[in-house]
Amino acid sequence: MSTVISSELPVSAATDPMVPRMARVLRRWREAPLTWTLEIEAEPPVTSEPAFAPGQFNMLYVFGVGEAPISMSGDPARTGQLRHTIRAVGQVSSALAQLRPDAIVGVRGPFGTGWPLARAAARDVIIVAGGLGLAPLRPAIYRILAERRRYGQVSILYGTRSSDDILFQRELERWRRELDIDIAVTVDHATEQWHGHVGVVTTLIPRATFDPADCVAMVCGPEVMMRFTVAALAKAGVGDDAIYLSMERNMKCAVGLCGHCQLGGSFVCKNGPVYRYDQIRDLLPRKEI
Amino acid sequence: MTDVPQRAAISREGLQALLDVLRQRGYRVVGPTVRDQAIVYDDIAAVADLPEGWSDEQDGGHYRLAKRNDQALFGYAVGPHAWKRFLHPPVLPLFRVEKRDQGLAVVGEQAAPARFAFLGVRACELHAIAIQDRVFLSGPYVDPHYRARREGAFMVAVNCGHAGGTCFCVSMKSGPRATSGFDLALTELVGAGRHVFVLEVGSEAGAQVLAEIPHAPATVDDLARADAVIARTSMSMGRTMPSDGVRDLLLRNLDHPRWDDVAARCLSCGNCTMVCPTCFCTAVEDASDVSGDAASRTRRWDSCFTMDFSYIHGGSVRSSAKSRYRQWMTHKLATWFDQFGTSGCVGCGRCITWCPVGIDITAEVQAIRDGEQG
Amino acid sequence: MEGLDRIVREHRFFAGLDEAFSGLICGCAKNVRFEAGQYLFHEAQPADWFYLIRHGRVALSVTVPGRGSIRFQTVGEGEVVGLSWLVPPYRWSYDAQALELTRAIAMDASCLRGKCEQDHDLGYEMMKRFVPVLVERLQATQLQILDVYGH
Repeated sequence: MSTVISSELPVSAATDPMVPRMARVLRRWREAPLTWTLEIEAEPPVTSEPAFAPGQFNMLYVFGVGEAPISMSGDPARTGQLRHTIRAVGQVSSALAQLRPDAIVGVRGPFGTGWPLARAAARDVIIVAGGLGLAPLRPAIYRILAERRRYGQVSILYGTRSSDDILFQRELERWRRELDIDIAVTVDHATEQWHGHVGVVTTLIPRATFDPADCVAMVCGPEVMMRFTVAALAKAGVGDDAIYLSMERNMKCAVGLCGHCQLGGSFVCKNGPVYRYDQIRDLLPRKEI
Repeated sequence: MTDVPQRAAISREGLQALLDVLRQRGYRVVGPTVRDQAIVYDDIAAVADLPEGWSDEQDGGHYRLAKRNDQALFGYAVGPHAWKRFLHPPVLPLFRVEKRDQGLAVVGEQAAPARFAFLGVRACELHAIAIQDRVFLSGPYVDPHYRARREGAFMVAVNCGHAGGTCFCVSMKSGPRATSGFDLALTELVGAGRHVFVLEVGSEAGAQVLAEIPHAPATVDDLARADAVIARTSMSMGRTMPSDGVRDLLLRNLDHPRWDDVAARCLSCGNCTMVCPTCFCTAVEDASDVSGDAASRTRRWDSCFTMDFSYIHGGSVRSSAKSRYRQWMTHKLATWFDQFGTSGCVGCGRCITWCPVGIDITAEVQAIRDGEQG
Repeated sequence: MEGLDRIVREHRFFAGLDEAFSGLICGCAKNVRFEAGQYLFHEAQPADWFYLIRHGRVALSVTVPGRGSIRFQTVGEGEVVGLSWLVPPYRWSYDAQALELTRAIAMDASCLRGKCEQDHDLGYEMMKRFVPVLVERLQATQLQILDVYGH
């Protein structure tokens, strides 16, 4: 099953943060073109809730291929398994996306900072997701829905390339029907089959219902999309210290020791990936930083 | 504390005895030696292995050995090697993964590391080791490989009697006198028919070793001579770094035209990162064997100058040479403060000496400072 | 006319409109509705009218040979359909189709252009309202062109 054997020199996940724990793939399914969700058993079994903080990521290792940082995309209350939604664009992510149930995958984590759910209590919440960015936000959405009364108005604004690329479609529809949250979905371009909103996700912001003076905004997507979104939120009156982004950089170790993920003076793996916007405001528009 | 004088004097024979005692105690003794027309760090067994009578000429993009007119054993500055090659190895197998019946098993790869004794650690290098201690040992995750090598290491420091052409430890307040972090510290006195080493005890472990080698209490005269040697070294630094407020200076000048200037010269060869005693970036590599039944993971040194270093989503965040040079220099002199509370630079000058085009980090800082008024 | 005046002033685009101008503007306005599927205008047609959407949703699209009709923008309540009427040659560069029952205020473009020519204060007022729409649309289009999700 999942075994770690130590040899002459004790090397284990407990003593060396670079050694993965082995876990089994439980299920996998396709979400959208090139995009798969992998459900992995929690190893060692996690009994206390939550299993991770929404926004955190694991380093997933494929035997002989390598590791990639993948955000958790499932419900932190489900402590038996961990879901990760993966876009197969590189060597490791493609290998991960092809793993079948019962395959073994290496896991290190959870790493990083999470979404500011505590800060959002008693405030309006506006979630803006672009493309795969909905995946690291989904655990936060689950937590918010599980304690809906804790929060004010909740809006989820989601933009992606086309209607084929919409992630978690059935869930979005279910949430829209059953609960008092506003969900708006838009696509960059569409065929005649699509009768919904067409346009970039920032165009949804003026119509969303939230109090810009008393809200928390959580934004995740391609960096360019996040920059435009921050500008649109600022225009709507949201303060720089109320906006949170999830940043991404090259990662090798995920524990702050290899230097790759530096963004200015911070390490995305440990000071991020979730950042309050005012803390990285000067870095974002800089080229090649 | 073992009963030895705080400051002693030993002879060349005493130095050999020191090497012998360390080896008898099971240390792997590493020190400076001449190889390939440079002074590098390698295993040494005898005083004869040391670069006796050698000095070095260093300048931007220039390193030559030069013969001295005396028998000094430590009459040179630092060479291309730093002690990080032993504490933070350039290539380190992390583990192997083997296919077993029940699944995959992680298996340890490396044998237990040696206990090192470093002979000839300069003050700037002691600072560099302390800086890497903060990187690897003081964060939320500790590097067990660094810790295993660092914890048992025995440090014999040497106070510099020769300031290198690119040295600026005085500007960085990291030398030339070793003040802490050593077990024993030597100051070499050679001349007028004498060759002795004034020895300062820095720890109980150092005291115990001193107790086993022939020594005498240091005379007032020798102590004065040792101070004079160090003072002379302080006055003959090859470079100065205008180090006040460097962090803020660089962070408010991220778009200074000087970066374009240095980019036109920088080859992004990464030499500076290889020779710098505090650069610590690494990458990991995964490989599987031909049979496909076993895979290995290896850690190796990496450099922020490579195109791959910042690769995400089909391209590099820092693709221009300018952005990569800026990353290195602002990390070393500015953001290192935000991360670890100190500068990342110890003024050893290696990056200046070993840069093929002689880019001088002290000159770059000065140029940005000057350019700010303009 | 009173009803039209109220409808015009209630529309977000004309929020805070000076009374002096609303009479001029209403002289070029009329109330219209489009059934679901009905086209407001087609590509290359003269830009004689533009529309302030009161209720409903309109899709802007172009037809690409081999790919069919591609929708690149939807416009809804409180927004404006049609900007090409502002600049010569006053021709539409895309199709506009109502996706659902849509009510709008139709503005006669040449009527309004004429009045703006005669009354530059009115002209400036219209520019102040239209330019932000143009800039916003442009910025949104910038992000759209980058196709950030598509790597």
